[in-house]
Amino acid sequence: MSQPYMFEKPLGLRDTLPQAEQEISRLEMIFQRELQRWGYDFIKTPALEYAETIGRASAISDNRLFKFLDAEGHPVVLRPDMTTPIARIAASSLREEPLPLRLAYTADLYRSQRKEGGHPSEFEQTGAELIGDATPYADVEVISLMMSLLEKSGLASVRLAVGHVGFVNAFFYDIVKDKEIVKHLRNLLYNKNDVGFHEYVTSLDLPNDVAKQLNKFVDSRRMNNEETLTYLESLVSGSASPVQSYYRNIMELIHLLKLDHLEDQIDLDITLVPHLSYYTGFVFQGFGGNLGFPVASGGRYDDLLAKFNRPCPATGFGIRLDRLLSAIDIPAGKPASKKCAVIYNRENAGIAMQFAAEEREKGRAVVLQHADGIDNSETFEQQFEAVNYFLDRTGIGE
Amino acid sequence: MSKSVITIAMPKGRIFGDACQLLRNAGFQLPDTFETTRKLIFDLESEPFRFILAKPVDVPAYVEYGAADLGIAGKDVLLESGRDVYEMVDLGISKCHMAVAGLPERQNRHPFLKIATKYPNIASDFYRKRGEQVDLIALNGSIELAPIVGLADAIVDIVSSGQTLKDNGLVEFDRLLEISSRLIVNPVSYRLKKSLIDQIVEKMIRATEGTKVGMD
Repeated sequence: MSQPYMFEKPLGLRDTLPQAEQEISRLEMIFQRELQRWGYDFIKTPALEYAETIGRASAISDNRLFKFLDAEGHPVVLRPDMTTPIARIAASSLREEPLPLRLAYTADLYRSQRKEGGHPSEFEQTGAELIGDATPYADVEVISLMMSLLEKSGLASVRLAVGHVGFVNAFFYDIVKDKEIVKHLRNLLYNKNDVGFHEYVTSLDLPNDVAKQLNKFVDSRRMNNEETLTYLESLVSGSASPVQSYYRNIMELIHLLKLDHLEDQIDLDITLVPHLSYYTGFVFQGFGGNLGFPVASGGRYDDLLAKFNRPCPATGFGIRLDRLLSAIDIPAGKPASKKCAVIYNRENAGIAMQFAAEEREKGRAVVLQHADGIDNSETFEQQFEAVNYFLDRTGIGE
Repeated sequence: MSKSVITIAMPKGRIFGDACQLLRNAGFQLPDTFETTRKLIFDLESEPFRFILAKPVDVPAYVEYGAADLGIAGKDVLLESGRDVYEMVDLGISKCHMAVAGLPERQNRHPFLKIATKYPNIASDFYRKRGEQVDLIALNGSIELAPIVGLADAIVDIVSSGQTLKDNGLVEFDRLLEISSRLIVNPVSYRLKKSLIDQIVEKMIRATEGTKVGMD
């Protein structure tokens, strides 16, 4: 590349200016309060991790990692997700803590992106992980929590799609008995390529009823929740574990989400395969507002902690703050300033400072500004809700 | 993305006529002026549908970003752009295929095979899977020129009747894949407007079955 211009930043990175930052910290505060109310403890991890540990265990493909060498020559990565570092902590520093663990975070994540708008390489995510509970009740908890956060953020028409990759894998394997074919079919679901799925099924030369079952499986996306449950029931009748037990978990999850009054917002879609990664059970995505991309996603990852030598079931989610911010309707124009100004001169410095301190104690935002430091008083004063002058030559404030 | 309206991105140009016919078969009340209008945005009066008329290669971008809920796009364009959208129905229109073509006597003028194409991603993928390393030259049209004037050894391009190849003295070496137009859907729109979009998908499937029977 040619010499960068002064204003340019490395590919995919951006600045957050005061107005957006204000909006982000508002969301962060809402999320932090709500997560704490659900009993989740916040933790932090370093931005740099070893490529051999976190880099390899993470679900993000190698070509999307920011990778370089540290001062000692070890390959390191900028963390591409938070689930993997939290798994490392749960398997090491918090090893002795009683299970289940409830952990939360807000962190910047780094993924090298293609050169196009709307896909930043650095973005902020808030998330929660529930570690050590294998029951569907844990899945319900993280889903309800995620929905609660999205509702509280002000996102309009919040929706959730729920699937179960464990069921998908087990069901496909039951009927085709070939791991490579199962992988290919799952890949087509991940790519959202229904046409390709049907074509591939035709190309396999399977017995007629098996092909029919597979085709119906992908078309089941267009069913409503009741129809999907009935359909799944018809699939598992007569089949053995684990499909049976996955089905019972799905029934239980839907039942519990109904109890939580989330029924109208969920779309049970067994064809949902959101990520080719460590997910082993329920998977889900959150949508809403005015954005073409999901704002949140999560799922169960029962095999990840074993990579850090502590086999342990876990489930969790992450909400992308950059996407959430684009999806929420924010009134156009500058928000009304809540700040007031105190403009003073040398003679009134003492009472101006005291006045500002008193106002700040009351919870107001006060800018204390010496008159000589102002370039253009008209444009400067426009920024404030109110302006107080302490400019009397005799030393008594106005 | 408006709540009350479904926005459908239509490909202008060659596919447009076929696509309009299919929409009519599916029960959309398109006005007679639809094919001749020069407007880029068109709202139906009777139904809550808005059509936007885009260049075919741009349709997947409009749909991926949610500027359109649905779109009609060729498989060639979808594969080349690799965008994250649901590919829900093979519409069976604008059928053609992707092929490697060149002069009948393959002359290796270059130390590496040079391939000219409008589809660098598809071409690169094809040769990588075959275990061949080639030099790609991205062009925007009249690809057939490239081997004739010695710019490339072969081309990767879509072929419908094969007449253009023939007229320019080129022959087909390999058939890469079959191509037709697809109905694509934005993943978020699909969740937020599921019942409306499902209805459209079902209608399109039925209309497509009609065209398939007609064409066989």
